[in-house]
Amino acid sequence: MENTIICRCSDVTLLRVRQLIADGYTSMDEIKRITRLGMGSCQGKTCSLLIMRELAAAGFPPATQTPQTTRPPAVGVKLELIAKEAENNEKQR
Amino acid sequence: MRNSADVVIIGGGISGCSVAYNLAKKGVKNIVVLEKRFICGGSTGACGAGVRMQWGTEMNCLFSKYSIEFFEHANETLEYDGDIEFKQKGYLLIADTDREIEQFKKNIEVQHACGIPSRMVSLDEARSIVPHLNTSILKGAAFCEKDGFLNPFHTTDAYYRAARRLGVEFLHPVTVIGLTTSGGRISGVVTDKGVIHTNCVINAAGGASKQICDMVGISVPVISERHQILVTEPVEPMQEPMVMSFGLNLYVQQSPHGSFIMGRGCDAEPRDGRVTSSHEFLSEMAKTITRTLPPIGKLRVVRQWAGLYNITPDRQPIYEKSADVNGFYMCIGFSGHGFMFGPVTGVVMSEMILGETPTIDASKLSLGRFGRGEMVFEPSVV
Ligand SMILES: Cc1cc2nc3c(=O)[nH]c(=O)nc-3n(C[C@H](O)[C@H](O)[C@H](O)COP(=O)(O)OP(=O)(O)OC[C@H]3O[C@@H](n4cnc5c(N)ncnc54)[C@H](O)[C@@H]3O)c2cc1C
Repeated sequence: MENTIICRCSDVTLLRVRQLIADGYTSMDEIKRITRLGMGSCQGKTCSLLIMRELAAAGFPPATQTPQTTRPPAVGVKLELIAKEAENNEKQR
Repeated sequence: MRNSADVVIIGGGISGCSVAYNLAKKGVKNIVVLEKRFICGGSTGACGAGVRMQWGTEMNCLFSKYSIEFFEHANETLEYDGDIEFKQKGYLLIADTDREIEQFKKNIEVQHACGIPSRMVSLDEARSIVPHLNTSILKGAAFCEKDGFLNPFHTTDAYYRAARRLGVEFLHPVTVIGLTTSGGRISGVVTDKGVIHTNCVINAAGGASKQICDMVGISVPVISERHQILVTEPVEPMQEPMVMSFGLNLYVQQSPHGSFIMGRGCDAEPRDGRVTSSHEFLSEMAKTITRTLPPIGKLRVVRQWAGLYNITPDRQPIYEKSADVNGFYMCIGFSGHGFMFGPVTGVVMSEMILGETPTIDASKLSLGRFGRGEMVFEPSVV
């Protein structure tokens, strides 16, 4: 368990997740805030289902869970490209 | 759920957790914190968690100095088994107008009188502190090496866990929907999970603070405005201090794990409680950062989010023991600096509730100041 990485973006182990659940952090949002799990570039696409399974096994099934808020952007975008595009749009206006 | 308590605190952000910890440490029993989402689920969990002593009023300088000295030892004081990740590498305040430079100089005099080690720095020195700074658009800068930023989740968690060990009960998700009074005194808290009888309630509800005051008929001049923020992919360490500018409307830090976190304000932001994201923010932020710190423009933004600034007319908090409703207290209206005031909030409120002689003078921050026209004007506020 200590060697099983459950969140690859933020390097969080299965052991850590189970410890937190046992300590009363019983939702994706709570675990996320302590460990950064789900805050990396995949935004939880990889880990959130695994966390849901862990929570369900501990007695907190998905039906009782609020999903984490999905935020833009869908994929990482370079800031300077966004800036350039914003300036182009302003010129066209 | 329990049906009575000696003290009920509404809100599980940095304010509520700090008040709970301080009261419990002073020996108060039967404290309950009610939180509608989860601990750190409000503005505290959305914030930049910057702490700076570079203010323009003596009171704010002393408050933030108190907080910073607390944060320096908070892992030990709160016996935290994690790390609050205090990156104490300074705040570089940059300015693009002469007027702002003049203000910095005035502020530094106030700061020095409070024993704060801030100073003006030349553009060359600013570039040696932050090499990727585009100084061609700047007039000057000020620096205080003892400022910095923390991990807001872990800091709140440290307070939460310390309070829990001292016997404080945290209940969530529980939403407060009403307050009852009897003979001018608080008598209970109505929640979606039942009623808790109590004679002492503390409003630490952040963005919803006005609604809580409305429940006892107290009108407070606060609004909640959305503020947005974003984070990039993590990269090698390249920026030590927080870089901030009032004029350019920007703050940006590199967190210990490598990502850059940055935000700015906008007068057109909605004030209806929503914490959604907008593309206007993303565009403006991208333009500002690319112009001010060009190499950061090469990084990919991975997520943007938002929280609420609970704002008063002078952008200073309200620390109040209600004169109209006995047993009702509030610590609200923190604007953009309630995180860094967290340690102060806990001390001020616990002393106020227990009727102790204040060790930190926050008397200027009563609710009555607005009626009396005695607002606290802070020149360097966001
Ligand atoms: C983008 C952004 C950046 C910021 N950057 C900084 C910074 O760098 N430095 C700084 O010092 N400050 C910063 N701030 C400000 C700071 O986040 C806040 O001032 C501070 O977190 C307020 O803490 P709080 O505990 O009072 O409120 P909150 O953290 O909002 O906590 C209030 C809690 O009350 C709960 N609640 C509300 N209504 C009810 C109800 N009816 N029943 C039960 N519970 C309820 C909420 O769910 C919430 O968890 C920033 C804010 C934002 C939005």
